[in-house]
Amino acid sequence: MSPALPEGEPVPDDGALPGWVRPAAPSGTARPGAGGERAFGVYVHVPFCTVRCGYCDFNTYTSSELGGGASQVAYADTALRELDLAARVLDDAGLGGRPVSTVFFGGGTPTVLPADDLARLLGGIREAWGLAEGVEVTTEANPDSVSPESLHTLADAGFTRVSFGMQSAVPHVLATLDRTHDPRRIPDVVAWARDAGLDVSLDLIYGTPGESLADWRASVEAVLATGVDHVSAYALVVEPGTRMFAQVRRGELTLPDEDDQAAKYELADALLSAAGLEWYEVSNWARGGQTGPHASRHNLGYWRGDDWWGVGPGAHSYVGAPGAGHEPEPEHAGVRWWNVKHPRAYAAALEAGHSPAAGRELLTADDARLERVMLAVRLHDGLPVADLSARARTAVAGLVADGLLDGRAALRGQVALTLRGRLLADAVVRELTD
Amino acid sequence: MSPIPSQADAARIHPAATAPELLRNFCIIAHIDHGKSTLADRMLQLTGVVDERAARAQYLDRMDIERERGITIKSQAVRMPWAAAPAPGEKAVPYALNMIDTPGHVDFTYEVSRSLAACEGAVLLVDAAQGIEAQTLANLYLAMENDLEIIPVLNKIDLPAAQPEKYAEELAGLVGGDPEDVLKVSGKTGEGVPALLDRIVELVPPPVGDADAPARAMIFDSVYDTFRGVVTYVRVVDGRLNHRERIVMMSTRAHHELLEIGVISPEPIPTKGLGVGEVGYLITGVKDVRQSKVGDTVTNAAKPASEALGGYSDPKPMVFSGLYPIDGSDYPLLRDALDKLKLNDAALVYEPETSVALGFGFRVGFLGLLHLEIVRERLEREFDLDLISTAPNVIYSVTLEDRTEVTVTNPSEFPAGKIREVREPVVRATILTPAEFIGAVMELSQSRRGDLLGMDYLSEDRVEMRYTLPLAEIVFDFFDQLKSRTRGYASLDYEPTDEQVADLVKVDILLQGEQVDAFSAIVHKDKAYAYGVMMTAKLKELIPRQQFEVPIQAAVGSRVIARETIRAMRKDVLAKCYGGDITRKRKLLEKQKEGKKRMKTIGRVDVPQEAFIAALSSDSAGGKDSGKDAKKK
Repeated sequence: MSPALPEGEPVPDDGALPGWVRPAAPSGTARPGAGGERAFGVYVHVPFCTVRCGYCDFNTYTSSELGGGASQVAYADTALRELDLAARVLDDAGLGGRPVSTVFFGGGTPTVLPADDLARLLGGIREAWGLAEGVEVTTEANPDSVSPESLHTLADAGFTRVSFGMQSAVPHVLATLDRTHDPRRIPDVVAWARDAGLDVSLDLIYGTPGESLADWRASVEAVLATGVDHVSAYALVVEPGTRMFAQVRRGELTLPDEDDQAAKYELADALLSAAGLEWYEVSNWARGGQTGPHASRHNLGYWRGDDWWGVGPGAHSYVGAPGAGHEPEPEHAGVRWWNVKHPRAYAAALEAGHSPAAGRELLTADDARLERVMLAVRLHDGLPVADLSARARTAVAGLVADGLLDGRAALRGQVALTLRGRLLADAVVRELTD
Repeated sequence: MSPIPSQADAARIHPAATAPELLRNFCIIAHIDHGKSTLADRMLQLTGVVDERAARAQYLDRMDIERERGITIKSQAVRMPWAAAPAPGEKAVPYALNMIDTPGHVDFTYEVSRSLAACEGAVLLVDAAQGIEAQTLANLYLAMENDLEIIPVLNKIDLPAAQPEKYAEELAGLVGGDPEDVLKVSGKTGEGVPALLDRIVELVPPPVGDADAPARAMIFDSVYDTFRGVVTYVRVVDGRLNHRERIVMMSTRAHHELLEIGVISPEPIPTKGLGVGEVGYLITGVKDVRQSKVGDTVTNAAKPASEALGGYSDPKPMVFSGLYPIDGSDYPLLRDALDKLKLNDAALVYEPETSVALGFGFRVGFLGLLHLEIVRERLEREFDLDLISTAPNVIYSVTLEDRTEVTVTNPSEFPAGKIREVREPVVRATILTPAEFIGAVMELSQSRRGDLLGMDYLSEDRVEMRYTLPLAEIVFDFFDQLKSRTRGYASLDYEPTDEQVADLVKVDILLQGEQVDAFSAIVHKDKAYAYGVMMTAKLKELIPRQQFEVPIQAAVGSRVIARETIRAMRKDVLAKCYGGDITRKRKLLEKQKEGKKRMKTIGRVDVPQEAFIAALSSDSAGGKDSGKDAKKK
């Protein structure tokens, strides 16, 4: 969750969506050729952590920071209220009845909630819309906030996947990141999760102040030693307002330069590829790649422009207009909204029977096209050249010549990044959008 | 001695009816800051032309910039009555004094020379705490060449730091005469000013002209006024000019009707005409100062003079610079603004120019650096424009192998083919400096290809040094350097003299093989390398990394003399882009794309305009900064 909420227009108290999202088909049924074609996912934000890490700018709180209806104990009930509201709003918009393809619990640290609470929330989702055949249900987890028992409870409740915030295998790097877990615990928690039948992903962070290339190699190798099928690796970004930002400003920490980050990215990609984990998005690798069984289908939904409802404080939601992604209406291509950020305000809105949304934006076709290029280009398979504007298409040859786009893919009519292009993806996007 | 006492006396000096022997035409030669305007104000008060309360401080300086900078750009003439004894011991009689204000700066030497030509006498006004400055000295020599009666005066004697005895010696030495005869005044308190007015009556010769000859009047200034059109200031040399008659401008043969004629005292007062020896103004309804040129001769259309007065020449721009709006959409505003300034500035020339780096702008010719600065400042202030100006350069005459002659006013137009010779303008520079800085001045002048012509001690510790210098070396940062090396004490004056053949080359700056026109420079061969190294290093600092490696080269012709490389950017990607990041990320992208639109593209290299501006404006960083330091001291 990004730190500050965007500027937007107000959302009605009842959370009603604009009329134009309504499909032509009668309400209550999946509409053909519109929303029904797009997958529908649910994101549940859990805004709690036991410790706030120095680099973290997410919307999360330690237990001592909150109370009342926003407390950890009451949180599941509060979020269930939003699920009720969501079911009603989508139903009213004629978008009900679509079973949920993917669910993702993120945070924060979802596993600071009792596994039973997480199970109850998943139950609420099932009740609201039903779960699709082969649904993917992921939760993020801290290596020190799970046990074999809790993981079994989750698997029994219907969870299929767990993503552990490992970040590094090197103690001094973890210390700089304020991570409290013991890196030696990682192989154990991976093994427990697999025992419970869960697909496992590990998250890594590279470019932490003081991290050497050798440190980074050790972390990647530690990940590979666990044999997981999915890895995410993120460059550390130090956002204003975080404790680490202040430490850097005071000169207590020195950030690595972009060359160091690039070298680490390239090293990770080499090691992961050699071990059979294929990149499928700029920061994600999975055995079997983008279309394989281990890629995060929930996250793919974001990058492909699917619909999703985000539950929880600060969570964003998106519903495309009928035909969005193909030939959207010029004015109305989709609507994105976001909830109030603070858990107390969030709880208060729901207790009062209001939508907790703080604002929304109505996307034009131009916005939607920009987002489509911006998001799809990050994927291994990229997007068809045909989806680009006429002007942007003329830029493709130059980007191939610069080694940023894959030439063979371009010949097949597909825009896809090379390794160098992945590191310069934002520059590529600027070239490919008007 | 006193203002005019009686009606009868006043009638004797009525405009258009004053006997030449009752006229005194004089000017004040002074350096910026030496108190000329304050003294002029005091004279206006003492002669009763303005009362103290009505007097705007420094009445003669009209434009805001002049007021702020304390300098006079445009001269004007004020008629003041004064009763004085024609010689010591005789009875006081009324006189009409015409005070002709002169521009004080080197760039306006031609205008100064015309103002001087309108006078018979000059007050040499020098700050009693500072002594004479180089520009004042140059104007003094000009006045002496014009055979003017010089009245040496020390001003600001009220200042604690004044050293009247010391500088009286210096002035007496320059003008000839006794230090005792140097008047000591304070424009601020008024002390000594009546005596100065008496001295003017006593010493300045009355004008001599043929009252019956065909009219000849010399234009010594020409000012555009929004309401009245061009107001032309003249000195009648022979004959007389009358209201409503038709006149001819002798250089252009243009005919005009005298819609209004009069004197300034201190506001315009229309009269029936102007008689021989008198100074006043004309209005003919023209709208552009180019139709009423300084130095030109006005005569009567019905009874024209056969020969124009001497000394006329067209203003010749010496220094050129490209002026570009920082916001490209301001280009039409800049054009309109220049068109407006041109109405009042006969020396301003410009033509449209396009730069790959800077977009659309104008190549503008100026009389000198101060002229450039004034014009630029007026454009920014009065027309609210944000401008960038390229490094100033001079005019080069290039002869190609095939004897073709090319005049280069913009370095990027320097011919590429076989060159036989390049000629550059040279100036005769006068530098006044405390003796302790002789070595520093010599060192600087030699490093700027100067030839020492001679050196004289003005007093025990003040030296006048004369050099021949290429103008190009002066327009770079010579003045700043001079100030910084002499702790602000040296002063400089120069006048164009000639051309010289020099070993000059054009250094181009190339970005990924593409020439960046704004950075081409014509420099002496020995300095080409230093320029190349400096500019490539600077651009390397200022231009952001691109998706590819960008070589920056400095080249003379096809020979690369310096090179830097901007390494390719390696990482430009947001690590996380999930549901909650999309809106923010899209807005960021839109912002970046807006930013990209404002960039200039050289070949494939995107360069923020700020980079060009920074590279151009800090051109002479070393000199300018140290110059500022010197001023602080």
